[in-house]
Amino acid sequence: MRALAAAGALALAGAHAPAFAQQSPYADYQRMAAESAPIELYEAGGEEAWKKPQGPKQVSLEKCDLGQGPGVVRGAYAGLPRYFADADRVMDLETRLLYCMETLQGRSREEATKRVFGNADQASEMELLSAYVAGQSHGMPMRPGVEHAKEKAAYQLGRELFYHRAGPWDFSCASCHGQEGLRIRMSELPVLSDPKHVRPLMATWPAYRVSTSQFKTLQWRMNDCYRQMRMPEPKFASELPVALITYLTVNAQGAVYRGPSIKR
Amino acid sequence: MAGPMKMRATSQGGVTEIRVLMAHPMETGQRKDASGKLVPMHFIQNVTVKLNGKTVVEGQISQAVSRNPVFSFRVKGGAKGDKVEVSWIDNQGETNKTEATVA
Amino acid sequence: MNVVRRLLLQGAGVLAAGLLAPLSALAAWNKEAFGAKNAADALRGIGASGATPSSEVVLEAPEIAENGAVVPIEITSQVPGTRSIAVVIDKNPFPLVAKFDFAEGALPFVKVNVKMGETSDVRAIAEANGKHYQATKNIKVTIGGCGG
Repeated sequence: MRALAAAGALALAGAHAPAFAQQSPYADYQRMAAESAPIELYEAGGEEAWKKPQGPKQVSLEKCDLGQGPGVVRGAYAGLPRYFADADRVMDLETRLLYCMETLQGRSREEATKRVFGNADQASEMELLSAYVAGQSHGMPMRPGVEHAKEKAAYQLGRELFYHRAGPWDFSCASCHGQEGLRIRMSELPVLSDPKHVRPLMATWPAYRVSTSQFKTLQWRMNDCYRQMRMPEPKFASELPVALITYLTVNAQGAVYRGPSIKR
Repeated sequence: MAGPMKMRATSQGGVTEIRVLMAHPMETGQRKDASGKLVPMHFIQNVTVKLNGKTVVEGQISQAVSRNPVFSFRVKGGAKGDKVEVSWIDNQGETNKTEATVA
Repeated sequence: MNVVRRLLLQGAGVLAAGLLAPLSALAAWNKEAFGAKNAADALRGIGASGATPSSEVVLEAPEIAENGAVVPIEITSQVPGTRSIAVVIDKNPFPLVAKFDFAEGALPFVKVNVKMGETSDVRAIAEANGKHYQATKNIKVTIGGCGG
């Protein structure tokens, strides 16, 4: 049911709406909820954090190179994950932010990751920064790095991890996300190995989760999936979550980034 | 301390649309925290929208408005450069406000 | 004390018909109406017991909400002279969720996110010239699973 236009109705709608399957019974809900999500609060908090001098070196992150050159935020998220020569590894957004915190600001990994996932009362610094940086790629096609040998290796590792069964329930990601038609209660489970499914999903992370009123990131999502599989939670910004995020983003490549957005 | 607010006011075709976000827990008083204790009621009760200093909308809201409320309002007219102010007061007497210029 | 403030403090919550009064800077909060535990009492609390269904009150909301914590709704009243719009969710523990009063210059329109505990009728009630007009929509609230 469309809102009837009042005189001079404005078309402010849909900027951050996830691209959902047209048949989804939740299509209207997702569209309206995305339009009315408090995303800008997190983007603004992230911009503040980006510009705040911190650490022993008392500098901001404004010279951080997110892949498009030092300090270039616009479009950077759409190019991640990718290989960074200075670190000699593939990095996703959060891993790269952590790298800049350590190298530019002189902060220790321990201090910078002390509270890497926030809660409903207070988002973490990493969540705020992710909202800000990702928001600056809104509307751009996602083109993670795929050419470099390490980028290919990260993809392969991610793919292997996706299918690797372990833990007390003998689960892999594919157990839930490897075939069509699976559900947890009323939520349809997307097939993450299928570009058709994964494009609209990766185009809408990081996201405000309405069920918990928290802004969450991909590193958190990987962590929480492992927790739900009853496996040890992966170390933040380590090779495992980066490989999985690479696998998912490469599967989704070409999708127009529509985030930050909302999730249930 | 009151959480941040963000607002955007845009004018098109003789109507100004105001979209305002406010960080607030909007606690119903029925939720339990991690230690099992009930979190006390804490929610915005009044929202006031002013255009160039004149009140145009007065909202009374309950704890059943979602956490981190986002509202949209519309006013007739409103030219670029006009000032919009939105303020709130909650059941514990906390207040906050934000201003924006119509774009 | 001016008429408007006295009415509000009494919990009447409704501007007298025809009164184009300026709204007080610090509106009182209609404790009685917001404390009502069923829809009928909530409506009575805002003077809307006689609300009649009207297609001129447009309530846009999803038919199924993936999560009850955030249910987006949009209300437009096309009834001429609309001075306020209220939201009542029948099955909520306290059905009156919001009431917006519009002064000269404001359009009778609002978007707000509401919490719903379960599937319920949601009412949008517009007041114009002392009469109340209502649109109702049943919104299903599902228990999702993981959901991203």
